[in-house]
Amino acid sequence: MKSAAIYPVEGVLLVSIQDDITDTDILDLQDELSTKISEMDAEGVVIDISALDIVDTFVGRVLAQLTAIARLLDAETFVVGMRPAVAMTLVELGMYLPENRTALNLTHALSKMRDTASE
Amino acid sequence: MKFDKAKRAASLDLATDRDVARARTVVGRIMKEQDAKVLMQTRFVTAVSEIARNAVRHGGGGTMEVYLLPGGRIGVECRDEGPGIADVEAALTDGFSTINSMGRGLGGAKRLSELFIIETMPNEGTTIRMTSRLRGGR
Repeated sequence: MKSAAIYPVEGVLLVSIQDDITDTDILDLQDELSTKISEMDAEGVVIDISALDIVDTFVGRVLAQLTAIARLLDAETFVVGMRPAVAMTLVELGMYLPENRTALNLTHALSKMRDTASE
Repeated sequence: MKFDKAKRAASLDLATDRDVARARTVVGRIMKEQDAKVLMQTRFVTAVSEIARNAVRHGGGGTMEVYLLPGGRIGVECRDEGPGIADVEAALTDGFSTINSMGRGLGGAKRLSELFIIETMPNEGTTIRMTSRLRGGR
């Protein structure tokens, strides 16, 4: 079973990550997403991590890399749905994800993206 | 610190990254069953993920035992028979990495647990024991 899925929504790629995702799955996701951004000429990527009980240093690093790759392909990345305990733990790990824009949910991310586009 | 007299709650093999994901799920479920606080659970399961991944990637696989300890605590023992850690102090320092992983894993696990003990011998392997409270404090 796939532990991540990519859906196109209004010119944006929505990525939903399931809780049981493995390191291999997440690296596959990185490949697949990079290809899709380019193929679809997506203006943005929204990564929904609300299903994740934890984000460890590996997943944190991949999120940062996904954002960097998307930026090189001219797409902006939002991470949405981070749980408060996950945010607190990431800060304790010294992982501030400075490159990632975050939003509370998909609606907020889309509206922030529209705001940026209209500036 | 040994967990000899503690109640063993689970025993897992760590061979692949699927097992690392399973270790997270199992420890999370045990803590939830024990009515652990969400933050304690998030912190400790994150630490479990780091040491389980280390055992698979650096230690050539291993085993993990989960214990319920007196005083509202949980303990995990993760054992591998890999090459061992040559410089433990360096391995616990943020930014240290031998195979281009990010190098916050082991130090992060130490920071997120209450007690954290490493025993390692060159060519014999590494055993990590760590504990967390289930509720409040560290």
